[in-house]
Amino acid sequence: MEGLWALISDDLPALQIAVPLLAATLCVLIRRPTAAWAVAMVVAWSSFANAGVLLHRVLTTGTISYVEGGWPVPWGIELRIDLLNALVLLVVTGICAIVLLAAPRSIDAEIPRDKQYLFYAVYLLCMTGLAGMTVTGDAFNIFVFLEISSLSSYALVSQGRTPRALTAAIQYLVMGTIGGTFILLGIGMLYMVTGTLNIVDLANQLALVGPNRTVMVAAACIAMGVGIKLAVFPLHIWLPNAYTYAPAIVTAFIAATSTKVAYYVLVRFAFSIFRINQTFDGAHSSAIAMMLGIAAMFAGSLVAIYQDDVKRMLAYSSVAQIGYMILGLSFANEYGLTGGLVHLFNHAIMKCGLFLVLACVLLRMGSTRLSAFAGLGRRMPLTFAAFVLGGLSLVGVPLTVGFVSKWYLVLGALEAGLWPVAVLILLSSILALVYIWRVVEVGYFKAPPEGADAITEAPFSMLLPTWILIGSTLVFGVWTSLSVGVASAAARMLIGGGS
Amino acid sequence: MIEWGLYNYWVVIFLMMTGLYVVIARGNLIKKIIGLNIFQVSVIMFYVSMGKVRGGTAPIEAAGFEVYSNPLPHVLMLTAIVVGVATSALALALVVRIKETYGTIEEDEIRRIEADEDAS
Repeated sequence: MEGLWALISDDLPALQIAVPLLAATLCVLIRRPTAAWAVAMVVAWSSFANAGVLLHRVLTTGTISYVEGGWPVPWGIELRIDLLNALVLLVVTGICAIVLLAAPRSIDAEIPRDKQYLFYAVYLLCMTGLAGMTVTGDAFNIFVFLEISSLSSYALVSQGRTPRALTAAIQYLVMGTIGGTFILLGIGMLYMVTGTLNIVDLANQLALVGPNRTVMVAAACIAMGVGIKLAVFPLHIWLPNAYTYAPAIVTAFIAATSTKVAYYVLVRFAFSIFRINQTFDGAHSSAIAMMLGIAAMFAGSLVAIYQDDVKRMLAYSSVAQIGYMILGLSFANEYGLTGGLVHLFNHAIMKCGLFLVLACVLLRMGSTRLSAFAGLGRRMPLTFAAFVLGGLSLVGVPLTVGFVSKWYLVLGALEAGLWPVAVLILLSSILALVYIWRVVEVGYFKAPPEGADAITEAPFSMLLPTWILIGSTLVFGVWTSLSVGVASAAARMLIGGGS
Repeated sequence: MIEWGLYNYWVVIFLMMTGLYVVIARGNLIKKIIGLNIFQVSVIMFYVSMGKVRGGTAPIEAAGFEVYSNPLPHVLMLTAIVVGVATSALALALVVRIKETYGTIEEDEIRRIEADEDAS
């Protein structure tokens, strides 16, 4: 054991990518659903542990730089882990691991048994892409891993039960490819100006070059491309369909990871590479981001109120929550960015928990329409209690994680001297209360339909991950030294222009 | 004398806009995928043009050659081509499935079928 640890201890960053990638091919070879699931579980949980070790190492010894294949930076590809991506990595691998607990029972109902090993293979590929985007210190690598994760998520979305999943997947594919290609174009322009692809080197070279026209266009292309992947308000049209029609497990997984990693990429480009708060007209781009963020908060929540399908409602709620993250980034001050990053962490946990609740409801009721929730508070009390707690967190009630992130966002708005924006944050929370309350009302106060007594509580294997996540929304709502501690240190580093 | 130096980049812009227009304006899913491909190819061309040094040869060290083109963008595009192929393959697979289920690959007809389903 000691020997093994000594062997892999230095290569932990690379293992985050290599292990799931190889395990994905292994899943295809073994072809048995249970064995494939076991492989995926071992890989996901060990990646989670790995991410924990990496975060600990970053906290104690500072930024980790791993040079692939011994080629010196900036020529070789560097994996670079600092406070920012260590936190994101922990969230992503943690969600991957916890969601997998619930996967077997849930996908049994949605994916034929002989195809399930492929599901796990694609799931691991998606995880490879997400982890790769997070750990890499190379701009072109971000594009490559982005495409790995995107292609696998299109495939995952298309596995839904209804034919709508196919049209949702192709819509996602078209939008996502346009986004990915814009990112590639932007990175090309940056390479043209600086002659480097290493993120740290790019930042240093750009500081020397200054904000010329090509750099501005590159920034616009990248913002546009990442905006599509992140589903920033006017570019979000792929998201509601993809989330609604994907298998329940896939929704829980993608909603909590892929937009979060896209947000990380946006923060990385904006603050580590372009340093928008220091160099070119930061105020201008901040104003645009702020307007889009506020528009998303209100449009997403308002549309969510009128949805009949709860899964679709939560999808629109995600659009609104992404608006909060963009808003945090747009303040370009320490509190605002902390708020954005903490919300990345918190929203991943609560949305994943809520979508897992929907997976339980879908399994037992066969539908996630509002009518299926009638009387659910009595028939599936544990599942529905999880929904209520997750919903309160979405609203931002004190003692839940949602309150913590909104607190920092409001502080950020006040520090930027924008008290009307702080008022808007609170107002939009009321909208969240409205759409959550609609479901709670139906669940607790409406009688179940006739002849539906046979419905029982969701299986333990699905309740456990749901409650792990919902429980952590309460834990991290009170104990904030991990989420806020790391996020604020990362925000300080980014605002200070470090990388 | 006409300045040909930016000729490649004009082609890039033309192809890019053509591709985007086809994606947006065409309802036929196969045509959309073709548009997407044109769009991706334009970026590949952009990178290849960027790496070219006037008068430079392939970067193989040999007597008599002093100027070499930059091979890095060219190598990067190998990856981008693979990504493009994978995207097209996945998109075509989805189109086949859509054709099997809906009986059409025209977007407006698919939307009509979906709207009818919602109404009933």
